[in-house]
Amino acid sequence: MKLPALALAVLCTAVAAKDSGLVFVTSEKDHALTLIDARTLEVRGTVATCKRPRHLQFLPGREQILVACSDSNAADVIDIASRKSVRRVPMPENPEAFDLSADGKLAYVSVEDDAELAVVDLAAGRIVRRTKVGHEPEGVKLSPDGRRVFVTSEVANMVHVVDAASGAVVKNIAVGKRPRRFAFSADGAELWVSNELDASVSVIDLATLAVKHTLKFEIKGMRASDITPVGLERSRDGRTMFVALGRANHVAFVDIAGKKVERTVLAGKRAWGLALNRDGSRLYVANGLSDDLTVIDVAGGNALKTVPVGRVPYGVLVDD
Amino acid sequence: MIERLIALALLWLPAAAGALTIGVLHRADDARLEPRRLALGYLGQPGGTPEAGLRVAVDEAKFQLDAAGIAPKIEVVAVEGAEQARQAAERMARQGAVALVADLPAPWLLAAARAPVTVFNSGDAADALRQQDCRGNLVHTLPSERMRSDALAQWLLARRWSRVLLLRGPTEEDAARAAGVRAALARFRLALVAERPFKLSADPRERALANPLLLTGGVEHDAVWVVDSDGEFARGLPYRTALPRPVVGDGGLAALAWAPNFERFGAPQLARRFQRAHGRPMTAHDWAAWAAGKAVVQAALATGPKTGAPALAAALAAPGFELDGFKGTALSLRPWDRQLRQPMLLTDGLAVVGIAPLEGVLHPRNTLDTLGADAPEKLCPAR
Repeated sequence: MKLPALALAVLCTAVAAKDSGLVFVTSEKDHALTLIDARTLEVRGTVATCKRPRHLQFLPGREQILVACSDSNAADVIDIASRKSVRRVPMPENPEAFDLSADGKLAYVSVEDDAELAVVDLAAGRIVRRTKVGHEPEGVKLSPDGRRVFVTSEVANMVHVVDAASGAVVKNIAVGKRPRRFAFSADGAELWVSNELDASVSVIDLATLAVKHTLKFEIKGMRASDITPVGLERSRDGRTMFVALGRANHVAFVDIAGKKVERTVLAGKRAWGLALNRDGSRLYVANGLSDDLTVIDVAGGNALKTVPVGRVPYGVLVDD
Repeated sequence: MIERLIALALLWLPAAAGALTIGVLHRADDARLEPRRLALGYLGQPGGTPEAGLRVAVDEAKFQLDAAGIAPKIEVVAVEGAEQARQAAERMARQGAVALVADLPAPWLLAAARAPVTVFNSGDAADALRQQDCRGNLVHTLPSERMRSDALAQWLLARRWSRVLLLRGPTEEDAARAAGVRAALARFRLALVAERPFKLSADPRERALANPLLLTGGVEHDAVWVVDSDGEFARGLPYRTALPRPVVGDGGLAALAWAPNFERFGAPQLARRFQRAHGRPMTAHDWAAWAAGKAVVQAALATGPKTGAPALAAALAAPGFELDGFKGTALSLRPWDRQLRQPMLLTDGLAVVGIAPLEGVLHPRNTLDTLGADAPEKLCPAR
């Protein structure tokens, strides 16, 4: 009788850990995650991490978060229930962004200083493969079928297409200046890439691996040089792409099929990191130069609230 | 059989990677680069020859250059005067160099620019090189003196420190630069309350020229602007003023193309690459040489593996040619004087406290053109 009770207790904790109702924001200069209550939008505390945490993602099961730290050459595994770092995984030097294999065993990491895409075995804490790419690789995205890895190079102004199994570069696709992040269209036919110094997004056709469309952003009263797109996030219904326009301090809502900007919503200074909640009704925007997080009502297209977070917020993850 | 092999070898030659030769010209026995002087780390002064920055630019483009079949080569020549500079430039142009990167005194630079090849000026900020002495094939990646002065003037304006006391050094260069400071003060409607010459001296008879208390006393002002091309006087001026007033110019707060401790826009990655490659911090001059290398590589990639000097010059002059200088915004060449337009970093050597153009400063076309000579001034007759 004692054993099932214990099992039940464990189960309960697990349930409590899941859907914690929290929003996690990395803070580059505080070496911490800021925790925000997704319902009340109040700050609920912080979790200490390795140095200069940037990109973060759920590990499979959504009970733990992996956060890569550029200055620690490591990633921390954050346990959501206990709100603590439970393990530190060594990473190659200066890791920035990463993506995870579907089983969560491998992390594909862009290594800024060495101009490499590294594959890290998370359980063993060991680099199993390195692929040379253009300087300052940044955005990393695994194709939905897991066969290809896409990496941007901020210096080479390219998207490298890497075969996930062999690690070979299959193709280099020239895109705009300083390409940063990726998002797929819902049907998996298109890959969108934000070009920070081109005020644009390149849309890559995945069948031909060629740029089929370039969408330039314009905002009344601003010059192209003030528009620096970084974060990309696709709406839950698959119709809209949200593009954080950086120093233009706005988020663009782009119709994916028509490749047209439908509206722009004001956020904070240098709006860059984006994340949606589970039902897609709220968009969270990390503002890198105003140290806050803007919460946007997607249907209404307006900001609900801006919450102060840690210094230099970078990535956002919603567990509601 | 052997004949066939030779024929094959000949056939192969054109298909081999296209060589991209970039020349470097610097001063032999450069007094600015004597180890003891370098160790003092004067703000805004060079830390080495242009080769260092150029190498970082070429190395970071390796992936693209390999893919395009372009093999970069850097040839470095130290020269002792204008005539040698001209001969070296002409020889390298004849031997197929597509561009030269030079850190030379103005007369030597102008002699080198007689060669039929694009010459990047990464070492001399003199306004005359962008104005009356400008040349069609001379491109400036180092900001001009006027850009530096305008950046500081914008800072003073934003702080509302509008009454300026100007202290000027004894050299001809100081006189020319002080004229630029007066122009910047006028451009941004700041008041010059007094201009005083200074001299490095411990002679009590010269104390009015040498003592910071006497030099900065007796006049109401909000900031002290010091023009000191040498640097020794300016470096010791902050905190030694009669009134508690900030010092800007060649001491205190300086406006520079680059600061190795700049933390934004991917700058730390570039600074770290340079530090790793050369074992010293990246200075503004290094950045200018790097930017020149970046421009050459980008133009060469746009024109293909058989780039010659004329094709490269055309690619550089093409409308829409833009560079990522790791300063947060795309940089481009001003068609009217071929100066690279760029944000300026305001730094005291410890931190970057501001970036010019300052927020709120406006321009009808490009805010970056609030720094330095603008198109309507038509100061460069060669364009």
